[in-house]
Amino acid sequence: MKEFLSQLRGALAATVVLAAVTCGLYPMAVWVLAQTLFPNSANGSLLVDGSGTVRGSRRIGQGFTSPRYFLPRPSAAGVSGYDATASGGSNLGPLSMKLRDAVRDRIAAYRAMNGLPETESVPADAVTASGSGLDPHISLRNASLQAPRVARLRGLDPARVQELIRRHTEFPAAGFLGEPGVNVLTLNRALDAR
Amino acid sequence: MNTSAWIELVLFVGLLAAITPPMGRYLEQVLDPGGRTWLDPVVRPVERWTLRLLGRDATADHDWKRYASAMLVFSLVSCGFTYGVLRLQHWLPLNPQGLGPLSPDLALNTAVSFTTNTNWQGYGGEGTMSYFSQMVALTLHNFTSAAVGIGVAAALIRGIARSSTRTLGNFWVDLVRITYYLLVPLSLVFAVVLVSQGVVQNFKPYLHARLLEPYSVDGETKDADGEPVVGRRTVEEQILVQGPMASQVAIKMLGTNGGGFTNANAAHPFENPTPLSNFLQMLSIFAIGSGLTHTLGRATRNPGHGWTLWSAMMILFVAGALACGWAETRGNSIHQALGVAAADGNMEGKEVRFGVFNSALFATVTTDASCGAVNAMHDSFTALGGLVALFNMELGEVVVGGVGAGLYGMLVFVVLAVFIAGLMVGRTPEYLGKKIQAYEVKMAMLSLLVLSVSILGFSAWAAVSPWGLAGLNNAGPHGLSEILYAFTSATANNGSAFAGLGANTPGYNLTLGIAMWVGRFLMIIPILALAGSLAGKKAGAPGMGTFPVAGPTFLILLIGTVVLVGALNFLPVLALGPVVEHFLTGMGRLY
Repeated sequence: MKEFLSQLRGALAATVVLAAVTCGLYPMAVWVLAQTLFPNSANGSLLVDGSGTVRGSRRIGQGFTSPRYFLPRPSAAGVSGYDATASGGSNLGPLSMKLRDAVRDRIAAYRAMNGLPETESVPADAVTASGSGLDPHISLRNASLQAPRVARLRGLDPARVQELIRRHTEFPAAGFLGEPGVNVLTLNRALDAR
Repeated sequence: MNTSAWIELVLFVGLLAAITPPMGRYLEQVLDPGGRTWLDPVVRPVERWTLRLLGRDATADHDWKRYASAMLVFSLVSCGFTYGVLRLQHWLPLNPQGLGPLSPDLALNTAVSFTTNTNWQGYGGEGTMSYFSQMVALTLHNFTSAAVGIGVAAALIRGIARSSTRTLGNFWVDLVRITYYLLVPLSLVFAVVLVSQGVVQNFKPYLHARLLEPYSVDGETKDADGEPVVGRRTVEEQILVQGPMASQVAIKMLGTNGGGFTNANAAHPFENPTPLSNFLQMLSIFAIGSGLTHTLGRATRNPGHGWTLWSAMMILFVAGALACGWAETRGNSIHQALGVAAADGNMEGKEVRFGVFNSALFATVTTDASCGAVNAMHDSFTALGGLVALFNMELGEVVVGGVGAGLYGMLVFVVLAVFIAGLMVGRTPEYLGKKIQAYEVKMAMLSLLVLSVSILGFSAWAAVSPWGLAGLNNAGPHGLSEILYAFTSATANNGSAFAGLGANTPGYNLTLGIAMWVGRFLMIIPILALAGSLAGKKAGAPGMGTFPVAGPTFLILLIGTVVLVGALNFLPVLALGPVVEHFLTGMGRLY
């Protein structure tokens, strides 16, 4: 019993002291360093327009539906997709009929919208939902296939649109880490700014 | 798999090999109460003050029973503390979203989940937890459950290295020293590096951003204030989650906890923004567990033994990474028949910035270690990709494994391998000069049997019960995989999920809670008993008949033991789940 009481005291004291250090001092220290060294990142890499209104975060995708924009990946976050308070994927497995039907419909829509022949394959990222539902990127091939449509509807020179895609592409770190991705949100913002 | 993938894999294993010796030496100093580190001038006074506050129990070395009871009392008290915070979060500070309290079963499940280093997320993250709950109730355990695991590994190492003694060290000294000298400083540096990549760290309420293109939705949705709205309405804003993320993400990786700040975990662009942050997160999951093998080698004055364990882990890891990478790169033939580009692989549930290979690699790392953070949704992996994740956990999380837990799990297999070798040559089995007898083998087997009984027992129960079947997101064999994955992940203290399973129900919250508790503590107690027994033995000098525990022969024997003893129990159920699913994918059968 005496042994138990001294252990209980140790446990209570350890919980309080370790909570103070690891849940008080530590996150505060990170906060101070983060806000001093990398304030932009620490506050969400925000995109702010001329009037000071926050238009989104460079890292968080937004939903677009108009064919005048580059369209992002399908999203399973929230009811309507790209709900940044309900991140997540579809969690549908390889044998899911629901997923098969969704992929089939998305392929048909993608081909129709971009004038793709039946024989040409569709980029996988264009017809599948991401893990977070907030993926800000699309693949290079997906962007190039959408480029002629966007250029036509906006009356832009296709070469100019390709140039914009290139400027909004994030390439793999050190040339081999990760995959190249085109940031749909910053690209569409750049299109609107023209 | 392309050239970049190969370069990355080689670099990953190479870097891990390079950091293992320095990490191992540093751990040796941390785990020695009189050890010296360059942090001493700052941390030593705080350590002394803390230990004084903890009282008399934090002074002398203890035997295994006292070590175990101190660990259990601490785990229960801190678990109760977290339960309290989660139930009362609506009255506590730092809750700018005004989130309500968690239900009793969800709070219990979450408290157990974090106490046992599992970090199973029955909750949704950004929609459930206040900043205070994230920062205090959850982050406390991210540190302490990691420290407990490393402490138990240290006690076992002492049991192996010491002879003719009863003591295994002091639990409180281990807990405090590991937290102060190892986990907090490493996390501090890592968190700041993560912020540089784009992980957020602030205390602001969620931000409202005005969308570039507003859109309309039908049906029941939530408006900007989180109130439910029925009918058609136009959405003009996107609500961006904020909070003290970097500090939590850093320790969730280093401490192999894995509980994400957000529901999407490390797939969320704020938690894991770039391929570089992704690479560093994978490395940090393995860093401490890998270093501990070197600490073992040094403590037993047999560095080759440490490297042999490390090599066994790496061989199993690379095999898993290649298998998973291959399966995900091949993609889903059902979707490819519809017109999806075959070269792109399986992208459902994966992020473009990581691509197929980095998602497969992360899944292998996180299930090899008992981390459980995910950067892609495992539920949407191909049948064989998901099989690799399941198989890794069912080996008992010994491929590097959870911090500390991986090493003591692997040492159980070492004892068994030595025992099997002894049987084969007809001599009394010896491990580093100590005789392995009935008691040690019983304790080793006990800690292994817990795993199969809990995983298979609970999965079987859920698979025939209404509460178990109600949560399924997928039908057919994939449904069985969802259930199996849940109990495997809980018992192995991993915490990743086939997340389609709606497990936030009283039935799942309670059974998974029990599975996590059993998988953690019914494993640790036999292991401490084993450590106590080994400490009491005299170490004889190695003779002609001693089986060497370093070198290629032992390496092969150890891998064989891990694969056969560890996974054999699970082959039948794996055949019914992912294996059947794989063949049905080839046939195009849907559910």
